[in-house]
Amino acid sequence: MPVNDTLATYSDWLYRAAALVYVFAMIFYTIEQAFTRKAKKSEFARELIGAGAPTTPDTPAVGRIEEPAGAGKPERFGRIAVALTVLGALLHLGSIVTRGVATGRAPWGNMYEYGAATMFVAVVAWLVLLRKFDVRRLGAFVLTPVVILMFLGGTALYTSAGPVMPALQSYWLVVHVSAAILSSGLFLVPGVVSVLYLVKVRHDANPAKFAKIGPRLPAAESLDRLAYRTTIFAFPIYTFGIICGAIWAEAAWGRFWGWDPKETVAFVAWVVYAGYLHSRATAGWRGSRAAIINSVAFALVVFNLFFINLVIAGLHSYA
Amino acid sequence: MSRVARARAFVRNTWRGLTSMRTALILLFLLALAAMPGALLPQRSLNLPRALDYIEAHGWWGALLDRLQFFDVYASVWFSAIYLLLFISLVGCLVPRTVEYAKALRDKPVLTPRNLTRLPHHLSAELDTTPERVMADARARLKGWRLVETEEDDGARSVSAERGYLREAGNLVFHFAMLALIVSLAVGKMTNYEGQVIVVADGSEFCNAGTLGYDSFRPGLRVDGTDLTPFCVRVNSFEAKYLPNGQADSFSAGIDYQAGDELAGDTWTPYKLKVNDPLRVAGDRVYLLGHGYAPTFTVTFPDGTKRTQTLQWRPVDNLTLLSEGATKFDPPGVTDAAERRKRQLAVTGLFAPTALIEDKLLTSVHPQLSDPAVAVDVMRGDLGIDSGRGQSIFQIDQSLVDSGRLTRVARQNLRQGEAITLDDGTKVSFDGVVPWVSLQVSHDPTQLWVLVAAVTMILGLGVSLTVRRRRLWVRATPGDAGRTVVRVGGLARTDQAGYGEEFHRLAAQLLGRGAGSGGAGTSRRGT
Ligand code: HEM
Repeated sequence: MPVNDTLATYSDWLYRAAALVYVFAMIFYTIEQAFTRKAKKSEFARELIGAGAPTTPDTPAVGRIEEPAGAGKPERFGRIAVALTVLGALLHLGSIVTRGVATGRAPWGNMYEYGAATMFVAVVAWLVLLRKFDVRRLGAFVLTPVVILMFLGGTALYTSAGPVMPALQSYWLVVHVSAAILSSGLFLVPGVVSVLYLVKVRHDANPAKFAKIGPRLPAAESLDRLAYRTTIFAFPIYTFGIICGAIWAEAAWGRFWGWDPKETVAFVAWVVYAGYLHSRATAGWRGSRAAIINSVAFALVVFNLFFINLVIAGLHSYA
Repeated sequence: MSRVARARAFVRNTWRGLTSMRTALILLFLLALAAMPGALLPQRSLNLPRALDYIEAHGWWGALLDRLQFFDVYASVWFSAIYLLLFISLVGCLVPRTVEYAKALRDKPVLTPRNLTRLPHHLSAELDTTPERVMADARARLKGWRLVETEEDDGARSVSAERGYLREAGNLVFHFAMLALIVSLAVGKMTNYEGQVIVVADGSEFCNAGTLGYDSFRPGLRVDGTDLTPFCVRVNSFEAKYLPNGQADSFSAGIDYQAGDELAGDTWTPYKLKVNDPLRVAGDRVYLLGHGYAPTFTVTFPDGTKRTQTLQWRPVDNLTLLSEGATKFDPPGVTDAAERRKRQLAVTGLFAPTALIEDKLLTSVHPQLSDPAVAVDVMRGDLGIDSGRGQSIFQIDQSLVDSGRLTRVARQNLRQGEAITLDDGTKVSFDGVVPWVSLQVSHDPTQLWVLVAAVTMILGLGVSLTVRRRRLWVRATPGDAGRTVVRVGGLARTDQAGYGEEFHRLAAQLLGRGAGSGGAGTSRRGT
């Protein structure tokens, strides 16, 4: 399959444009943050206050909070930030699609492409969550790792468009790797949110700590819930991805499991995520401990991508 | 306390401790921690030479780690211990939970609480209807819920409803499937085997008859190699396609195989063996793992006898398939062992599929077989083949060279068709090249069980993470003037979030449209 170089070039431009637009979105999120005096009462904060606060019961409890009329400046910045995020995601999608068309295969055959697709999932997951949870103020925190990873992907890990090696010419590339991309991208959000949870809890216990960002974060409980709900969505996909990897490995490498470094760290991260799910049901492990476990699990996913691919030689080193 | 009682208490406490959630959690993290070194340190089972190099290079530290089994993590005592404890803890968790679940399935939903307004979700309204009608409506709307209806003292009637029992079922299925997976893996470890062999692609055959046929063989704990699945494979051809930059594009080997009754006759079934596409035969699998080249050399001895050999050389550079090897010849017609040990020959050196010779130095610029050449040393003397010491088929025994028993008699670059004539008139010619393939035969009777267990795990997981256990109560109390006060309360037993929408939909239906405006309804909103 010859590579369409023109399209591949467009793909690269779109990638850079997307990253740039994300940077602008980050700036606007940050401005919104800076101008917001203190945390708006989120849905969850209200919930904490208790059943005393009457709401009209016939408005279904979905969707975001109605903003008071005549939203202020920070509000406008926030909206621009979201619009920019959407624009960035569209450019990002364009970049992925054009690369797929240019190479005539699933566009996730090397680390650059893998990272690009994963970050796209993270951004889309974020935009979807934004509709359900009142967490727009966290935008800058979520986009920061996205932009950093995209920068790394576009420079150090960049691979020009081309065909993939024989071991990757299989429909399992589509199944296994897209499950890995989907779950890793989704995991990014709870990874970030759990860290913010820890910040918030420290701040709540001692307002002098994290005095700058603490007050602007949503209630700890809402962060915890957001992290949990995203994780339980991503975890079965991750499990599915690992099982598909094993099925593929049985066909490609002669065994379904062989403790290859990537497999090992995938297993470790899986076990830690399982630990996270259990910790939320275990007395004494809820809250901070669970959040630490979730952050560690996401760190392992990132470690698996970068360290294991780049430093440790294994069967997964295709990049 | 008597001794017996104390011992019993100890066992009971240990068991309780071991099977508590907290212990399981800690064991889970220990398992994760214990698995990590296997990703960071070279493992014997994956790459023996690298593991040995590492130990060598790290002195006492390497030796200590080795003693502590850090280079065989997944077979180590400590890893196995954690794994086993986790297994026991899992069993100990699951058995009582299953019993409890079976009981819960038969239990009735709990009675309606006195005060529904205390619940996280509640709504109420006064309707122009009777308690009976409200109950009938509730029964109709709560299809799929487990219901129990009660009549209360003050003429009020209520229904308690509960659903989402599937959550716990999914959870149990997940955990039992995990147990099944662990057991299957353990059985697999006992009964599997894996052998690797190089076969030259010129119609050579390989039969899975015994471990000696293999270049390397890794048996499971209970496998002694005496009853391997019988089948044979004949490798007729091998084709590799490369991109101009040398990156591989596709590999495939044309093979024939026979198994079972066919083995007695001469029926063969053709198959195209490719990467990602193993041959599945007689319950075993045959994989195409690698490939290389086998140069053909002919030695014409002074008396005119010819010996031709095509022997695999091994790649030293995977990108260009520059290969090294040693093709060894015995002189013909020499019966005296001592005499023979003076006149054995070895053709050893480098082979390039696409040769580039600069200043007489041979390198390969591309892995495709387009312009083959060899740079060889012809060695004469004692090859040490019959010394009883095993030696690599890719190398000559350097110690024999050092001790002068094996000497170099020629060094030359040869293109295909060229020859060297030695001082005694012996002619060594480089006639051609045949590709070879490296095959792996794998036998694992439990891998299908593992797959079934894994798929069951993910189904169970999906159910247990999506289904929510939740309760709903409706109380209808007769009010003034034939009206009825209807109160609805809800409680999610697991994760609270997400129940709100369903509760509101149901409650709004039960209370009629716009019900909220009539009564003082409040509800905490959840998403
Ligand atoms: C038991 C077997 C396997 C497991 C547990 C496994 C696990 C994973 C995981 C967790 C990822 C996500 C990447 C990350 O977070 O860094 C991944 C990515 C990937 N896997 Fe696998 N995998 C397995 C088998 C395979 C096989 C057989 C192939 C191909 C021959 C393959 C090809 C890839 C590729 C191309 C990626 C994306 C790029 C990369 O990160 O290297 N995997 N795998």
